[in-house]
Amino acid sequence: MEVGYLTALVCFVLGIKGMSDPATANRGNSILALGMALAIVVTLLLPGLANLPYILGSLLLGAWLGLRMSGKAQMTEMPQMVSLLNGFGGLAAALVALAEVVDLLYGEGLLHLLTQTTGMGSVGSYYLVFYVVTLMISLSVGGISFTGSVLAMAKLDGKVSGQPVRFPLQGMITNGLLALMVLLIAAMIVYPSSAEPMVYALFLVSLVYGVLFVLPIGGADMPVVISFLNSLTGLTAATTGLLFDNRAMLMGGVLVGASGVYLTVLMCKAMNRTLGAVLLGQFNASPTGAGREINGQIREIGTYDAAVLLAYSSRVVVVPGYGMAVAQAQHPMHELEKLLVSKGVECRYAIHPVAGRMPGHMNVLLAEADVSYDVLLEMEAINPDFPQTDVVVVVGANDVVNPAAENDSGSPVYGMPILKAHQAKNIIVIKRSMAAGYAGVENELFYDPKTRMLFGDAKNVLSELIQAVKSL
Amino acid sequence: MEWMTNDLPALINGILPHLYLLLLAVFLGIEVIGRVPQVLHTPLMSGSNALSGVVVVGSILMVGKAETAPWPVLVLGCLSLVLATVNVVGGFAVTSRMLSMFRKKK
Repeated sequence: MEVGYLTALVCFVLGIKGMSDPATANRGNSILALGMALAIVVTLLLPGLANLPYILGSLLLGAWLGLRMSGKAQMTEMPQMVSLLNGFGGLAAALVALAEVVDLLYGEGLLHLLTQTTGMGSVGSYYLVFYVVTLMISLSVGGISFTGSVLAMAKLDGKVSGQPVRFPLQGMITNGLLALMVLLIAAMIVYPSSAEPMVYALFLVSLVYGVLFVLPIGGADMPVVISFLNSLTGLTAATTGLLFDNRAMLMGGVLVGASGVYLTVLMCKAMNRTLGAVLLGQFNASPTGAGREINGQIREIGTYDAAVLLAYSSRVVVVPGYGMAVAQAQHPMHELEKLLVSKGVECRYAIHPVAGRMPGHMNVLLAEADVSYDVLLEMEAINPDFPQTDVVVVVGANDVVNPAAENDSGSPVYGMPILKAHQAKNIIVIKRSMAAGYAGVENELFYDPKTRMLFGDAKNVLSELIQAVKSL
Repeated sequence: MEWMTNDLPALINGILPHLYLLLLAVFLGIEVIGRVPQVLHTPLMSGSNALSGVVVVGSILMVGKAETAPWPVLVLGCLSLVLATVNVVGGFAVTSRMLSMFRKKK
């Protein structure tokens, strides 16, 4: 059995390693899935496993639901999908812990049972402390991960406003709940005989905490939050592994936890902010979050003029953003790119690390539209080229090209590394309206004398542009 | 689980191998992720999300504990097993869909 788990673990590590290279990524994912299947099969073959019909039934039901959900999701909805699935994982961990508690409590007290079965239930027992703390981390962190992920999904989906939600005494209430959770766990250790109501209270508090934790964080920070919650789910898998003395769960969970935290830090770095600042919801913390007044005028451009400008330049850089994802405009974008290339225009894409709703979100969408990845350039690679760029086309991006991040220390986005689109000779911004970006900040790029606005749905605008360029 | 004891030195000795594994896994996780190009961040997050569904093993062990398990335990266990399986299967399927777009173009 241990050999099976060991093989599964090797698969986990090799799989993640495979996913680090585009050429082997798909195989890496298959290896991960294989490892997981192996871990499940090995567990099913463990001697003395009861209730096999229930287990197989639940597995089949879950697999069917999982395939259905993943098959239905649009490419643009991937971040929401990942968030929802992560919430399920967190809830699963919490429910396992809850089931364990109910099993222990059934008919008898936690103290009584521990004493009877292990002789270790006495107050002050080291094992009791270890056991209760581990179990309760699974329960509460799983609960936080569940409601947090579901709210993050709703925020990305627009079902809940992406704006940070604030109310009086928010910090005190949120931190108070956290303290309450620690107190509850401590109380369970001191009074194990009356632990039952405290366990249920802890679960409820953790569910509420998950909501309060994500509420004050703006939609622009959701990728960071999802990544963080993902690593929390990994942590619960690890603690559950400790409880069941199961190394596959322990190692797999820790792998996810560690990589999740690291990925989270990478994302924060890309936004030049600390993890603490994001999690405390400090993005719009300054009360005068609007930054300074912007003087200037919006100038629009017609489709035909834009087409001429594009077709007769030599270097074009496209800056895609979430607006492109929403409008499903990646296909016409690629078509326009091919058209321009056929006219001898150099056309490349500048990908900001946090463009869209997840790191790599834009890459996935553009790859779906068949854009080859050697024209997708990361921020550091493309930024020196902007001054020599004839036209920058901003498709549904906003905050990632806001020059206020560099020159307005009063702006909430100040300090965030940006794509220096404002250094280009011309800028065309394709945008639905003048609404502010996800950070809720005005963008002075739109008022730049070199900027022309092309209002409308990105997909329609790009289709019109394609027609216009063809007719030249 | 012989390390589950009330004797502190024995408890520590029992948990220590787990801690070694834990530490190793932390470094491994960071080391492996450190080389992932930005292009693959979303698929990677999705893949590691599927991997965190490894808690499915715990759900199976929970449901399979005993024939005599009280019904609330069975209900909770089965529910968590379904959720964890959705996490695993859905996670890998979604990741695979994303990655199929990265296949080398002719």
